[in-house]
Order: sequence, then structure tokens, then C-alpha cells
Amino acid sequence: MSLVLTLASRNLFHDRLRFVATMVGIVFSVVLVMIQMGLFLGFGRMVTTMIDHASADLWILPKGAKCFEDPSLLDVKLRDRVATMEGVSWAVPLVIGFSDWRLESGEVTPVFIVSADLRDSSLQPFNVVDGNVQALTRGANVAVDRSYFDRLGVSGVGSTAEIRGRKVRVVAVTDGIRSFATTPYVFVDLKNARNYTGTPRDRASSVLVRLKSDADREKALSAIRAEAGDAEVLTSDDFRSRSRSFWLFGTGAGAALFAGALLGVIVGTVIVAQTLYSSTKDHLNEFATLRAMGSSNAYIYTVIIYQALINAVIGFAIAAGIGSIVVQMTAKSALPIVITPWLMAALFALTVVMCVASGIGAIIRVVRIDPATVFMR
Amino acid sequence: MNDYVVEAKSVEKTLGRGAGEVHALRGVDLALRRGELTLLMGPSGSGKTTLLLVLGCMLTPSSGSVTVCGTPTADADKEALARIRREHVGFVFQSYHLFPTLTATQNVQLALDIRGEHGGRAAQKSRDALAMVGLEQKVDSLPGGLSGGEQQRVAIARALVANPSVVLADEPTGALDGKNGQSIMRILADTAHERERAVLVVTHDPRVVPYADRIVEIEDGLIVQERTDRPRMPTAVPFRA
Ligand SMILES: Nc1ncnc2c1ncn2[C@@H]1O[C@H](COP(=O)(O)OP(=O)(O)O)[C@@H](O)[C@H]1O
Ligand SMILES: [Mg+2]
Repeated sequence: MSLVLTLASRNLFHDRLRFVATMVGIVFSVVLVMIQMGLFLGFGRMVTTMIDHASADLWILPKGAKCFEDPSLLDVKLRDRVATMEGVSWAVPLVIGFSDWRLESGEVTPVFIVSADLRDSSLQPFNVVDGNVQALTRGANVAVDRSYFDRLGVSGVGSTAEIRGRKVRVVAVTDGIRSFATTPYVFVDLKNARNYTGTPRDRASSVLVRLKSDADREKALSAIRAEAGDAEVLTSDDFRSRSRSFWLFGTGAGAALFAGALLGVIVGTVIVAQTLYSSTKDHLNEFATLRAMGSSNAYIYTVIIYQALINAVIGFAIAAGIGSIVVQMTAKSALPIVITPWLMAALFALTVVMCVASGIGAIIRVVRIDPATVFMR
Repeated sequence: MNDYVVEAKSVEKTLGRGAGEVHALRGVDLALRRGELTLLMGPSGSGKTTLLLVLGCMLTPSSGSVTVCGTPTADADKEALARIRREHVGFVFQSYHLFPTLTATQNVQLALDIRGEHGGRAAQKSRDALAMVGLEQKVDSLPGGLSGGEQQRVAIARALVANPSVVLADEPTGALDGKNGQSIMRILADTAHERERAVLVVTHDPRVVPYADRIVEIEDGLIVQERTDRPRMPTAVPFRA
């Protein structure tokens, strides 16, 4: 180990209490930023779950529809015209919307109805763990997620409840289809979806389109756009990013998460700057001695920056450990915190920048002090 | 070039500001020669430390000039002064100023590290320097585990390891008992005589007088007397603990 590094680490670890305070500051700050950004990523993923699991290439949406949950409607005749166009494999109407679910206890809770398409599989319940999805096409059958059993007052396949006064039966159970809005998704067939959401026969929330594998996609897209008139035709990628930016930035949720992250950065920087400065001040005699020995300022800065980097590395390691525990704990929750390798790398860079910036603060204050005064006392 | 290692001419130094301003040096001429141990004596507050720091380029004179190994220091900025110290000056202080978290060897090695000498060779040189002051058994001790005299010897090894032309010691025996003080003075005298360095020792301890080649007395920021009539101590046998 180089002597500068030895000196830097001994300086840091010498005062245990201050080192602990520094670590608490860094860890608090990095974990806060990690959670905020992890929520941001988790939220960004969650809001596109349905789009991700649909097998459509294109989405025809009412003009200005902002997200999957958008309540506006379009004319379903468009679907018939598009279905027969060149290059189109299938076009399927989708009906979504809020409805009321009455538990056997009589309690009522809101649910979010999604029409399942079993013929073309444009969108159907995924991660099915029990029951039979095909049964959705018969009678008043529904598929629900097992994470909402309590809320919906059901215990699995065979349980019953009421939607808008009509008796429904659970025929399939999924795992992990969760809504960030906490309203449970309920899959039903198209006809029932219309009834439960009050959507007229000639209307649909959107039309999902699959292109033939050999179709000229650009050509098909512009032909469908021309046919769609007022309605918008988006690729799934475009729809995904539109939903994401709506939920994250249109609603202020993203801004709030970023504000929280910024707060974390500020708090962390202030704490680290304080402890590093007070550490530097405590070791002023030593820095003055180095100066008397003829060391360049650069050498002294190196010691301080090494201290900052040691803080950063140890603090980040602890924070990353706590972060991974939080990730595991929230994995099954309504809003899992998602930490990607990129987020980790960015957080490490941020920790280093935060600590080095604090180190520079300490340096600026230290160079103001004349080392000669140390030897005149 | 003359054989003066450090030469101060008409040096004045004011310290503090406003009402607290003190005229600590009021026109001092002093030159230090290779192979000579100079004692700087005088009452407390007479300007001894100030003069030592000016000679060692830690303080810049308010007026007058300081030349170190032929290099005038008047136009040097802080980094240039640091370089002059690095190349020519070794300091020893009354309160040792060792790094409490580093071993004796590491403390000495710092003096080489700041000069860009790293690694095993630097460590070996540092242990050799400690052996020279009689601390070969204590190379891995922390300062807290050493006696005052031993700590001061580490500080001297640190000041000497990079072969400075001048060693400036501010009351190096001030915190030590008679026996330890004697051995420190022995090492400093050897440094002057055997190793041909210029050595300046600030003191008001009369027991160190026998080691001096020359005694300079300062009062109120002025040199009032210079004597060179002290008999040299025999220093043929290098000091061993
Ligand atoms: N930072 C300072 N500001 C003002 N006066 C000072 C300062 N440092 C030392 N002095 C004064 O300068 C004079 C010389 O101090 P010093 O060189 O330390 O004396 P000595 O080492 O001989 O005891 C003393 O009167 C002391 O009080
Ligand atoms: Mg003094």
C-alpha cells in the first residue's frame, strides 16, 4: 500500500466516531438516492407492464391517449377496416376501464377491467399459476392476480364475487400482475369487459395490431395511419415511452422522486463535507508538518482526496448492501424498487463525485491556513 | 558562491495585524555554514522561532533577504519555497510533530515519499536513518509507544533522511530530561561535524552549550552577541543509544 494511502486511511479510521458519522451520512444519502431512483425505474417498468405483455406491433389509440389506462374511446369499425389491410396479421379491439367489485362480504372495491383476447393472444393473462385461461371465453368468468386475493375477498379458482351486480367466478389465477395504482387488474372477455365498464358495442379503448412477419412495416404503418384518420397509430415502443413519460413526468411523480434524490445528494454532501473538513482540521498539525518538510500542496491534496475516496468506496459498499436488501424486500410489493447495473454504476460515480467535492471543500479551507502558525505556538 | 548554506541579511518580520502587530525581527543578519553547529539563544519571545522559520523558508521576511544554497528566496511563491525546503532544509521541533498513526519507519519515509521516493528502497533508507539515531529496535513502533527522547530521534531521522544542507531545530531538547537531551545534542553535533551539515539549534538550555561551535544571542528581535569561543566536543565516535 502506498504511504499516502496508508496515511489517508489511518487519518480516517483514527477517529472512529467521526468515521461512523461519515459512513452514516454517505450511506443515508446513497441509500436515499438509490431508493428514489430505484422507485423511478420500478415505476417506469411497472407502468408499461400491459404494453410489454401485449403481442401487438402497433397500437391504434384515441387521439391524445396518454397511457394504457387512458379512458378515451375510439370507433371500433376502424378495427374491421385495418384487419383486412395488406400486411396485417390481425387487429383486435381492447376494452379497459374501472369497475366495482363486490366481495361476498358485501364490501365494494374498485377494480380495473382488461379485456382478454384468447383467439389471437394480443393480450391475455400472463404468469398464470392456477386454473384455465380458456374458460374466460365462457360465461362470467374472470382471471385475477393472487396478490390481490385479500382485497378481492377470493381464495382462488372457484371463488365468486359480483361486478356491477353480475355474479363472476374466478377461473384463472396469475402471479405478479400488479398495478402501481394499486387497483387490481381483472381480466375478462371482451363482451363482459364492455358490460362491466359500460363501453358501448361500437366503441373500444384501443385496437391492437399485429403485422405479418414478411410485411413492409413502414408501408403498413403509413397505410394504417392514413386509414386511422383522427386516431393515433403508435409502435409498442412509442406507446411505452409515451406512457412512461406521462406517468413519470406528466403526473409529477418522476419530479418528486428526483427531488427526493437531489435532497439525498445535498444532505450527503453536506455531512461528508463537514466530517472531512473537521478531520482535516484535526490533522492540521500533520499537514503543516508535511508542508514544513517541503511537501507540495498537491501531495497534501492527494492525502485528502484519498480520504474522500476511501469514504466513497466503503460508504458505497455498505449502501449497495442495504440497497440489495431493500430490492429483495420490495420485489413482491406493489412497487418494486429496481436497481440495474447502470444505476449502480451511476450511484458509485455520484458517491465518488460527492466525496471528492467534499474533499475539495476541505482543501480550499485548509490552504487558507498558514502552516507556520502551527510551529509558533 | 560562498560557503554559507543559509544567509539572512537585514531581516525584519512583523507578525499579527493592527493592535496585535509585533515587530518580531528587527534587522537580523545571520549566516549558517556547513560543518558548524550554531546555537540561537535568547529569552522567551525574543524572536528565536520566528528567525528559525524565516531561515527555513516557512515565513517570508517583511523586509531583508534570505538566500538558501545560493538561491535567493525573495521572488519565490509558496510552492517554490516548499521546494527549497524539500531540497535543502530539515526541521526538528520541540514537540516532535510526528504522525501518531504511522510507525517510526513510515514517519521517516514520509520525507522521502514527498520527494517522490517510494517503495522498498525508501523503506530501507528510512530504517537505516533510524539505525543511525540508535532506533534499529523501534522501527515498527508507533510514536505513542516511544519515549520523548526516542520520538525526537525519529524526528531527527526524518529531518536527515533526505540529506538536507541545513538542519533547523527549535528547542529540540526542551521536552526532554538531561540524559535524553544530551543524546539528541550528540546526534545534532554529529550531523554538523561528521555529515558536514549546517545546524542551527534554538535553545535556552545552558546544558547544550558545550555542543556549540558558535552561540548567537537574540533579544527583542535583534542579535545582541555572537561568540565562537566554545570548545568543540569530541565527536569521533558516532552516537549510539
Ligand atoms: N501570530 C503572531 N501574531 C502576533 N505576534 C506573534 C505571533 N506569533 C508570535 N508572536 C510574537 O512574536 C514574538 C516572537 O515570537 P517567537 O519568535 O515565537 O519567540 P521565541 O521563539 O523567541 O520565544 C513574541 O513577542 C510573540 O509573542
Ligand atoms: Mg520559540
